[in-house]
Amino acid sequence: MAINKDTIKYVAKLSRIELEESTLEDFTSQIGRILTYIEKLNQLDTENTVPTSHAVELKNVFRKDENTPSLENQAALSNAPEQENGHFKVPKII
Amino acid sequence: MELTALTAHKLLKLLSENEVSPEEVASAYLKRIEAVDKKLNSFAHIDPDEVLKKAKKIKGGKLKGLPIAVKDNFCVKGQLTTCSSKILKGFRPPYNATVIDKLEQEGALILGNLNMDEFAFGSSCETSCYGPTRNPWNIDYAPGGSSGGSAASVAARLTPWSLGSDTGGSIRQPASLCGVVGLKPTYGRVSRYGLIAFASSLDQIGPLTQNVEDAALLMNIISGYDKKDSTSVNTAVPDYLKSFTGDIKGIKIGIPKEYFISGIDPDVKDTVTKAIDILKKLGASVDEISLPHTEYAVATYYIVAPGEASSNLARFDGMHYGHRTNNLKKGTDNALIDMYSKTRGEGFGDEAKRRILLGTYVLSSGYYDAYYLKALKVRTKIAEDFSKAFKNFDCIVTPTSPTGAFKIGEKTSDPLSMYLSDIFTISANLAGIPAMSVPCGFTSGNLPVGLQILGKPFDEEMLFKVTHAYQQITDWHTRVPAGCK
Repeated sequence: MAINKDTIKYVAKLSRIELEESTLEDFTSQIGRILTYIEKLNQLDTENTVPTSHAVELKNVFRKDENTPSLENQAALSNAPEQENGHFKVPKII
Repeated sequence: MELTALTAHKLLKLLSENEVSPEEVASAYLKRIEAVDKKLNSFAHIDPDEVLKKAKKIKGGKLKGLPIAVKDNFCVKGQLTTCSSKILKGFRPPYNATVIDKLEQEGALILGNLNMDEFAFGSSCETSCYGPTRNPWNIDYAPGGSSGGSAASVAARLTPWSLGSDTGGSIRQPASLCGVVGLKPTYGRVSRYGLIAFASSLDQIGPLTQNVEDAALLMNIISGYDKKDSTSVNTAVPDYLKSFTGDIKGIKIGIPKEYFISGIDPDVKDTVTKAIDILKKLGASVDEISLPHTEYAVATYYIVAPGEASSNLARFDGMHYGHRTNNLKKGTDNALIDMYSKTRGEGFGDEAKRRILLGTYVLSSGYYDAYYLKALKVRTKIAEDFSKAFKNFDCIVTPTSPTGAFKIGEKTSDPLSMYLSDIFTISANLAGIPAMSVPCGFTSGNLPVGLQILGKPFDEEMLFKVTHAYQQITDWHTRVPAGCK
């Protein structure tokens, strides 16, 4: 299935990545080639195959809902581009 | 005595007997890095003063101050960790990865972080924001990737050993191309806590070393269940150093015919065939097998891995850490979304962007069944190929990579050709099984060739046993690149 520029533009929007026009062109052809290659999976009959999302069989992992020490506020904020009063600061939303 | 010429085991012996101090060892490596790494670019971050300061204080543990370097995607508290990406510029983790804690508890000295493909997206170490690492055997060639810095630094003896991460071959392929030992353990054997995630169902941490004994020693330290990683598996960890019985008589080795296809470099084929002959001479029984879904591994991987990556990399939003755009227009509608899009547009390199877009596409509404679900089903078939083979065989032997190292720049314009260089390594990640690459010779162009050995889940001991026997009667693993002597 070839992919067109508008779809790549749409996916870039979903991914929150701003792209230059020239990059958009390159990606459309490169991702198109990859998707064409991927289509080889359709040669296989998987009608009755169970999907594997995880190689090692694991049941749900539960733990007790107990309060344990976590990262200190200032440590968690130590890499923030902007912070104020112990919070991450972001551009105005409303 | 040249300290940097020694294996981890030999250095450890000297440190244990107080023949040398941790500071002397650290200084020797720092000096060598200073002299050699200008041309290799294998380190992304190193702070010599800090290393020496730590070396003075370090003592005890099983490692007695022995240095190690780690890939740039391991969180080391307070030390620059950037996944070789602009978007994590300046990031200093507020906590250690579990493997770093384990190493430091045993007295390891962390030398610094090693260059890699950006977020481990690549097979050549060329997508790093710090520029490519070069192959110590010939600096016009790529070291492989994504743990290119981890492999090149060990090959050039800039560190006695290193850690890397392997999502589709990122430890084994560069180990093969640089002539060192690289092990991807069973999924769940080593905690991934604090390893910056690429594809969470495939990522696994492992050692890159000069020889098999060193790899076993490092595995003894980093393996084991960790409550902070709920995918780590709670089974007992054996003493891997006891795997070395020296006897592989009667061990059943399968050679999958699908790994000796046309397109494989004839030098690689010859070299690997000779290595298999040696295993036969040592008494192993060798038979051809079939892993019929091998040719679908790359296609499966390039749905599953980008899908998981697109989700994992959503956290780089210019809010919590790293880069935030300076190009925000005042008073824009949707200022927040604009901030995300510009930050991510500026911060991610092209390969990271391609994979995020591809992953977002295969997971998006209307395409999920056709791509992602289909890939998960084929993943089952690939895993079943292995479980069937392991009913009759103890391990499987193949080439690690279809070619020796390729030139820097050779594959950068064609992502698909780059992806296909991982054709022999990807299946082990999809199936979750352990796999190892050991040096087994050279191409006619004097570039290293690796032998891959794959085993049953949690049977790393078999891999150690066979490769150790092989290294007892071969000396490929002792060769050091001429330019780095």
